[in-house]
Amino acid sequence: MGDLLRLVLKRLGYGLLTLLVVSILIFFAVEMLPGDVAEQILGQGATPETVARLREQLGLNQPAVVRYLQWLGGAVQGDFGISATSGDPVMDVIGTRFVNTLFLAAYAAVIAVPVAIILGIIVALLRNTIFDRVANVLTLTSISSPEFFLGYILILFLAVKANMFPAIANLSSGMDLGELLYRTFLPALTLVLVVTAHMMRMTRAAIIALLSSPYIEMARLKGVPPWKVIVRHALPNAWAPIINVVALNLAYLITGVVLVEVVFVYPGIGQALVDAVSKRDFPVVQACSLIFAATFILLNLAADVGAILTNPRLRHPK
Amino acid sequence: MSKFSKKDILLEIEDLQIQGYSDEQWVDIIKGVDLTLHRGEVLGLIGESGAGKSTIGAAAMGYARDGTRISGGTIEFDGMELTTASEAEKRALRGSRIAYVAQSAAASFNPAHKIIDQHTEAPVQYRIQKRLEAQEDAMKLYEQLRLPNPEEIGFRYPHQVSGGQLQRAMTAMAMSCRPDLIIFDEPTTALDVTTQIEVLAAIRDIVDQFNTAAIYITHDLAVVAQMADTIKVLLKGEEVEQASTEEMLENPKEEYTKSLWAVRSFKREQKSRPTDGTEPIISVKNIDASYTGSAKVLDDVSFDIYPGMTVAVVGESGSGKSTVARCITGLLPPSKGEILFRGEPLPPDYHKRTRDQLRQAQMIYQMADTALNPKVQIHEIIGRPARFYSGLKGSALKQRVDELLDLIELEPSQYYNRYPPELSGGQKQRVGIARALAAEPDFIICDEVTSALDQLVAEGILRLLDRLQQELGLAYMFITHDLATVRSIADEVVVMQNGKVVEQGPKDEMFTPPHHPYTDLLLSSVPEMDPNWLTTLLEERGVDNVGESADV
Repeated sequence: MGDLLRLVLKRLGYGLLTLLVVSILIFFAVEMLPGDVAEQILGQGATPETVARLREQLGLNQPAVVRYLQWLGGAVQGDFGISATSGDPVMDVIGTRFVNTLFLAAYAAVIAVPVAIILGIIVALLRNTIFDRVANVLTLTSISSPEFFLGYILILFLAVKANMFPAIANLSSGMDLGELLYRTFLPALTLVLVVTAHMMRMTRAAIIALLSSPYIEMARLKGVPPWKVIVRHALPNAWAPIINVVALNLAYLITGVVLVEVVFVYPGIGQALVDAVSKRDFPVVQACSLIFAATFILLNLAADVGAILTNPRLRHPK
Repeated sequence: MSKFSKKDILLEIEDLQIQGYSDEQWVDIIKGVDLTLHRGEVLGLIGESGAGKSTIGAAAMGYARDGTRISGGTIEFDGMELTTASEAEKRALRGSRIAYVAQSAAASFNPAHKIIDQHTEAPVQYRIQKRLEAQEDAMKLYEQLRLPNPEEIGFRYPHQVSGGQLQRAMTAMAMSCRPDLIIFDEPTTALDVTTQIEVLAAIRDIVDQFNTAAIYITHDLAVVAQMADTIKVLLKGEEVEQASTEEMLENPKEEYTKSLWAVRSFKREQKSRPTDGTEPIISVKNIDASYTGSAKVLDDVSFDIYPGMTVAVVGESGSGKSTVARCITGLLPPSKGEILFRGEPLPPDYHKRTRDQLRQAQMIYQMADTALNPKVQIHEIIGRPARFYSGLKGSALKQRVDELLDLIELEPSQYYNRYPPELSGGQKQRVGIARALAAEPDFIICDEVTSALDQLVAEGILRLLDRLQQELGLAYMFITHDLATVRSIADEVVVMQNGKVVEQGPKDEMFTPPHHPYTDLLLSSVPEMDPNWLTTLLEERGVDNVGESADV
């Protein structure tokens, strides 16, 4: 067990190191863009004197390395600086939005992950039948259509024609969970449709790849029924690739959903990032990028650890 | 003809035909085989790989592997016709009345579940026993099969148990529902000789005890002689002949069977060390080695190899044979000691060796399949070392490749442009030999070069190596666990155990007593053709000592 803990800690260390490298990239990439926050705040009418004074106020005339370290020190404590457009702390601008995004991602994941894995098991069991083909075609269709298109289709049928769900997912404070789930159902469903195919196909492929192993043949020759061959004998050995794909898709649910947010006017972090980029609000851009990077790294770390935990050779050393 | 009467027939296969799908068409792989098995009878199926032994074994369970189909004939198991039975009916037989023991237990146990969970799966599913009863029964079977710690061993995962023990656990699993018939598909092929004996003895005991019928599939005649009442010889999907074991051994009728029997006859003159003061070509001096961070795998290993001689390095898996080869080639720098080439020390790491030092230690590998790049043509495989070491180009290179192909008895015009997957196992191994020769070495390491091959093919490879040695004056370090091979080609023998050399010397001395106890154990564990060999041996060793006598 000590080995396992050490392994996890090592991975965690690598993850932090990666995050540090990414933070350097983000900071200096933004640094290389023309103009800076001072010019941005003061706008076109600024005189060189006012710009210089603001730079001094904001500490922008210090060397980049020093500012990077200050920024990093703040970021570690959750302080990403001041938004250049609104003048509010960055955390106030994106904090609630990030929570909203997490909520929507969790909502979609709670539906999509079990559905995808169960469907994947079923199509592996019924491989090369009509059911398998139909499921493949449907999920492929949903993954190959753009999210905004899927979103509009769902709005058209479920909101406009059937009038079952609201087309716009506007949130207000004081809504209870049921209300929240109801209002965000359509964006969540859109995301479910987008991520299910990938996970389902990987589950199917990972299971089928194992079906030619000697221990699967052994199970069959022991008279184990087909569903049990898949669920009990193949699936436990197929977790590693499945977990990896699930982690990638979860990361996508958090970092890649801006189009869905726009379609449903959902106040998530994706929109905040797009706004910040168009308004050249560098502190917000940096904060969002760092949060996204951390999400990716954390989920991949979780996938690695999950894959290790499902490997009996590592869990039960000799 | 035999001790079995007609009414006791358990399995009757008539005119069985099986096809396999390859190159987009169905090809016959079993061409009309008949087979009759009585209750309690053990039938040995022997033949080379590709003869269809395993396919017939699976068909006896009504099972066709992926990519094959039963295309004709009947399979009647205890009154039930399996070729027309439904999937569910056949499944009901599997595990409960017909069980299967696979070649590699390590691969055939599911790595994700404990051994006992896999053992009890069938009896619980068939409601023969409740889970706890099945568990207790498993422990009893483990005890009967002489597994250590029968109470506890089942609660381990497969990777925590050794190969020989797993194979016995798998036999126990096959017994869990007390089937009428067990198919043993090469159950000891992957094991060392010393372990093989334990497994053979265990299988034979338990089959006797429960009067289970068995089909015992193997390519090893000496093994089948110990196990079977009747032997059936197969060749390319057809029966060659069938007879009781005694008769088959004493009086084989068909030419093919006789040739199988004759395989072990190849022997060459033993050479002795040169006395004129020639230096050994390779001398391994007091080598210690370990893989990163783990315990020593080699402990003070020393031996010499003289020009033109063959030194066989023998021992069980894990004894360090291949590690010595890695040290000599520089892949694994030893932690202590040195390697001398004609008296000159070689740098321990191959990165630091000169091209000329590198060319002197060439290797031929066990698995020609994986040792040759499947996407590269034969002339390129052989030509690359010729180019690298001798700087040959253009027509000189082509001429050299042709020469090498001639040396390994493959027609250059036919094989020059072909790819490894188009060749048979023996041909691939020949290409592996040519690749080693292309560097024009004086010394070649042969790492289990014949163990993946059928006996007839292996014999061809041994003859080729012998001829090359005579023509080119090569020295071989021959790593093997097969003592029959050692008998036929070695000049000197080095016996290794747990990373140490336990005994070494000229072959004739090594094969005549007195031996070191471990050498003795290895030698006496090699199966012999005599059908009473196993019984006699077990009596000599005492049943309870099987497997334990290895301790020195």
